[in-house]
Amino acid sequence: MNLDALTIEFVRDLILRKETTATALTEEFYKKIESDDPKIHAYLTLSKDRAFAKAAEIDGMADRDEELPPMAGVPVAIKDVFMTEGIQTTSGSRILENFVAPYDATAVAKLEAAGAIVLGKLNCDEFAMGSSNENSGYGPVHNPRDLSRVPGGSSGGSAAAVAANMAVATLGSDTGGSIRQPAAFCGVVGLMPTYGRVSRYGLIAFASSLDHVGPLTKTVKDAAIVLQVIAGRDPMDSTSGDVPVPNYVAEIGKPIKGTRVGVPEEYFPAELDGEVKAAVERTIDDLRVAGCEIKRISLPHTRYAIPTYYLVATAEASSNLARFDGVRYAFRAKGAGSLSEMYRKTRDGGFGAEVKRRIMLGTYALSAGYYDAYYRQAQKVRTLLARDFQKAFAEVDVIVTPTTPTAAFKLGEKVDDPVSMYLADIFTVTADLVGIPGVSVPCGSTKDGLPIGVQILGRHFDEATILRVGHVVEHEASRY
Amino acid sequence: MKVSEKDVLYVADLANLELTAQERQRMVKDLNSILDYIDMLGQLDTKDVQPMAEVVTLAAQPTQEEGSQKFGYAMRADEVRPCLTHESAMMNAPDTDGTYFKVPKVIDKSGEVSE
Repeated sequence: MNLDALTIEFVRDLILRKETTATALTEEFYKKIESDDPKIHAYLTLSKDRAFAKAAEIDGMADRDEELPPMAGVPVAIKDVFMTEGIQTTSGSRILENFVAPYDATAVAKLEAAGAIVLGKLNCDEFAMGSSNENSGYGPVHNPRDLSRVPGGSSGGSAAAVAANMAVATLGSDTGGSIRQPAAFCGVVGLMPTYGRVSRYGLIAFASSLDHVGPLTKTVKDAAIVLQVIAGRDPMDSTSGDVPVPNYVAEIGKPIKGTRVGVPEEYFPAELDGEVKAAVERTIDDLRVAGCEIKRISLPHTRYAIPTYYLVATAEASSNLARFDGVRYAFRAKGAGSLSEMYRKTRDGGFGAEVKRRIMLGTYALSAGYYDAYYRQAQKVRTLLARDFQKAFAEVDVIVTPTTPTAAFKLGEKVDDPVSMYLADIFTVTADLVGIPGVSVPCGSTKDGLPIGVQILGRHFDEATILRVGHVVEHEASRY
Repeated sequence: MKVSEKDVLYVADLANLELTAQERQRMVKDLNSILDYIDMLGQLDTKDVQPMAEVVTLAAQPTQEEGSQKFGYAMRADEVRPCLTHESAMMNAPDTDGTYFKVPKVIDKSGEVSE
């Protein structure tokens, strides 16, 4: 079977027409994983028992000619930051090695309820902190398009698994760009919905005011289908919005004539990679031809987004990660004589270098004497960033930018320079700080064959418009 | 230099980290380089700007309700619901007696809190 051609609707259709079974498809994907993943390392855990049980259930429904749910038999995989009942859930950290989740994250439960087959758990940067997947406690992921390069991060395994046809769709999380940036690096679609559009229940918290749950898929339509399934109010997450879920799938293919597209000058700096710039500008031309009105806009506080992000995110992380103390979950360092010594030895031994760095920065920014200068100042600048977008969205319906300043970089290239690594997220962090939705769609490739992504940002809870525009971009890009 | 090794020790203590001598040196270097970059936030005049801790308010849909009533949906009835069993809540703990989590001794025989 040509796994590359499998989209969500196609899989459901094959099962509906009895051309294959969910069980056969699941077996085929596990074979693919066993043959190809040793060189990519996207998977941390396979959940075969659970996958085959679900596949049998779907096959039973097909046999009895029952109505099949929207993701019937679709092989999916889950970033290891989501709780999956009865399955090891590490968050990419040694401190959670052997931790078995006692319940399912809402997004995971919804995917399964819609008929999806959960193949396993995916590698990621430890606690979703990173832009290259090199911070995983279990070893890095390699970019399937070029094994010497990073897949991006932190949802590196989620992007690589889709790109390498080791899952049809995956779940990721985005706190500063962690869905969109790896999607761009691996040449797949990555959708970060509005803050509160998808429940965070069962997502291991990194920075609670910035964490978003979303899909990585091969097509924009698949992203719409997954969003349709996982979106909505959840009583278990008080920050999930009480906002009706529109029919996202019906938006795909609708005309975009008259859509006002903003192009912010700050996202095209002199140091932007030439090939990335050319591909994104070509996309903007395509949108003009499709009948969009292109407007030059300004988001004047853009350059302050990364420093703001690294204060807000680390402050929240230092608080969220205080729970890992060796008392309740998984790893506890041996040989401590007292409780406080046990805390320290457990955290010292269990956390990796980047996680410690962020806990330290966040603790520093919140500590007496520095709170006003750092944390509070960052929160104020967050307000200024939000105002930039409010002003822009009074004039335009979507904003189009490069997803990343360069295509995928080499493994090891940035590990010794945290600031240069942080700058890989320069075009994605602002949407997280402001809570607006964004999607990265492949829009071409470099002369070396590395994928390039274009980012489409929209208004709060207006995923419909960015998906509609994204679908057109995808269609046009298929020509290049 | 904004952060000295002494500062690193102090902050590590607040964060319940110990850090090896080598990690401390690297941390001094990394924190200073990150804070130098972050310093640009100080250039902005934010005297009259309100801090923003979350985006839910920003993303809230227009409604007739006022103030906190707008977020009435975030409240839930105070009633008993199914929750994790005692057993599943404790199944990942490194040490338990089946009822409680067990930890090293906190107070020694003389009543002193051990460090």
